[in-house]
Amino acid sequence: MKLIGKVHKFGDSINTDYIISGKYKFKTLDMDELAKHVMEDLDPAFYSKISPGDFIVAGRNFGLGSSREQAPLVIKHAKIAGVIAQSFARIFFRNAINTGLPLIVCPDADKIDAGDEIEIDPSSGVVRDLTKNIELKAEALPPIMIKILQDGGLAEHVIKHGGFDL
Amino acid sequence: MGKTISEKILSAHSGADAHAGDIVVADIDYAMGQDGTTPLSIKAFQKMKGEKLRHPERVSLVIDHSAPSPNEGVSALHKMMREFAGMTGCNLYDIGEGVCHQLMPERGHVVPGDLIVGADSHTTTYGALNAFSTGIGSTDLAAVMLTGKLWLRVPQTYRVVYKGRLQKGVYSKDLMLYTIGKTTADGCTYDAMEFVGSTVSAMSVDARLTMANMAVEAGAKAGIFECDEKTLEYVQARTDRAPRPVSSDIDAVFYKTLKIKASEVAPMVAKPHAVDNVDTVDKLLDVPIQQAFIGTCTNGRLEDLKIAAKILKDKQVNRGVRLIVAPASKNIYLDAMKAGIIQTLVRAGASVVTPGCGCCVGTHDGVPSDDENVISTANRNFKGRMGNNKAFIYLASPATVAASALKGKIADPREVVA
Repeated sequence: MKLIGKVHKFGDSINTDYIISGKYKFKTLDMDELAKHVMEDLDPAFYSKISPGDFIVAGRNFGLGSSREQAPLVIKHAKIAGVIAQSFARIFFRNAINTGLPLIVCPDADKIDAGDEIEIDPSSGVVRDLTKNIELKAEALPPIMIKILQDGGLAEHVIKHGGFDL
Repeated sequence: MGKTISEKILSAHSGADAHAGDIVVADIDYAMGQDGTTPLSIKAFQKMKGEKLRHPERVSLVIDHSAPSPNEGVSALHKMMREFAGMTGCNLYDIGEGVCHQLMPERGHVVPGDLIVGADSHTTTYGALNAFSTGIGSTDLAAVMLTGKLWLRVPQTYRVVYKGRLQKGVYSKDLMLYTIGKTTADGCTYDAMEFVGSTVSAMSVDARLTMANMAVEAGAKAGIFECDEKTLEYVQARTDRAPRPVSSDIDAVFYKTLKIKASEVAPMVAKPHAVDNVDTVDKLLDVPIQQAFIGTCTNGRLEDLKIAAKILKDKQVNRGVRLIVAPASKNIYLDAMKAGIIQTLVRAGASVVTPGCGCCVGTHDGVPSDDENVISTANRNFKGRMGNNKAFIYLASPATVAASALKGKIADPREVVA
C-alpha cells in the first residue's frame, strides 16, 4: 500500500487533547464538523492548510492521552492520508489501525521537513523523502494490522469476515 | 521459558502460548464504555450490523464524563446510550453512580486473572486487582460487544520494585508521580508495568488503584499488582465469581527493572503541562493557586477524602481558593457522609459536585479561568485538560491539595499531617 503526499510537521508528545479538544468531542458525533478543529490549540489555521492526501509527520509519543477514537477519526476526516512519527502512544496506534488510518513508525522522521513530498508503504516499512531524495528507516506493520487496514478498518473487517479473521 | 502475569493472562484467554510481541485474539471477561467513547461504539456496532451483544452480562456503560448533562448535544448522546442499554440488556450506570474506574472494581466486575477492556485510557486501574486491564478505542469496544473477543499485542513487562516505608505525608500518588518522573511519559509505551515489593504489599487496595490508574501516564498498556489477602478480601466482598490469582514465574523475562526506595520519596507535584514534569513539593511552595480539586478515578476514594477532611477539619479554605470535591462514586459519597467527612469538607468551604469526571476532563463542574493555577488530585495535566488551555494544572496527592487549599499556594502536607 504505497501513498504519496505532502508533509505537515509537528513535534514530540502531541496528545489527543491537542488533536481534538475534549470540549468539542463530547458534544457531537459529526466527524466532518469536529475535523475543522483538528490541532486547533497548536495551529488555529491547520485545517485550512490541508490538501487531501497530505501526511502528518511528528516526533515521539504521538497521540498520548485519552482513548478517544475521535483523534484518528478527525485526522482522517480532515483528509490526512497517514501519520508518520518516531513513536506512537498505544491506544492511538490501535485506534488508527481500527479506523483505517495508515501509520508508520519512523525513527528518522525528524529528517523530514514541512512541505517535503514523501512516499510511504506501511506494509514494507518504507518511507522515502522524494524532495530530499533519501530513504528513511521505518518499521513495517505486522501482517495482522495490515490486514485490518486493507479491509478499511476493524468494523469493515468484522463485517467482511463475520468476526475476527486474523 | 517462564511467563509474566500478562503473558499468562493473555495465553489463558486466547488459547495460544503467548509471549511478548505476539498478537492474539483473546476472549474478554468484561468490557466497559463511558459517555465520551460509547456513542462512537454504538455507531460502529450498528455499522457492523450488530443486533445482539455476545455477552450482555459482561458489559457496563457508564455516564460519568458529563454527568448530569451540561448541554443538549451531550443529552442526545446520553439518551442514545440509555436506549442502547435498554435494547441490548447490558448494564448502565447512569448519572450520579460514579466514575467508571471506581464502579468497575467497587461493584464487583473485576476479579484476579481477568482480562478486562474499557473504552477509556485509565482502564489500567483494575490491574490493582491482579487483572490484565487496558484501555481501547470505540470500534474496539463495538467489536468486543459483538464478538466477545479482541486483538491484542502481548506486552513485554517493565517491573518496578518498591522497598521500604513511605514517609508520613507521602502517599501512593506521590510514589506514582515519582515513578513516572523516572520512566517518563513514554518510557513504558506498549509495556505492562508490574508493581511489586514491600511498599506496595503494605498498601491498601485503594492506594494500589491510584497507582495502576496512572500506569497509562507512563505509556503503559497495563499496570499490574500481585494478588494477596487484601485483594481477595476486596473482591470477595463484591462478587461470587472465583478469583484466579496469577503471578509471574521466577524465570519470566522482565525487559527492565526499576528499583525505588520508598523512604526517599517526598511529596511530589507534576507541573504544567505534562505528567512526567515532576518536582518535589518543596521546590514549588511559592506557586499561588486559585482552584483546588479533590476527586477523580485517581484519588476520589474514601481514603482520599478522609485524608483531606483530616487536614481541613475546623479550618477554612483560603479566601482566594475554590475547593471542588467530587467523590468517585455514590457509595463513597454515602460512606463519606456517614463518617462526617462531607460535612467537614463543606464546612471548610468545599463545593461538592456529583460523582463523575466533569471537572477533570473540562466538560463542566469547575472550568478554570485564563492564567489561573489549579492543584488537582487527577492523573493528567495537559494544556486545556480542564477546559481552558490558558490555565495551569498541577497534580498532587489529596493531602498536598488539601494543604494547598488552606494556604492559597502549593503547600507541603508534612507540615499539617500529624
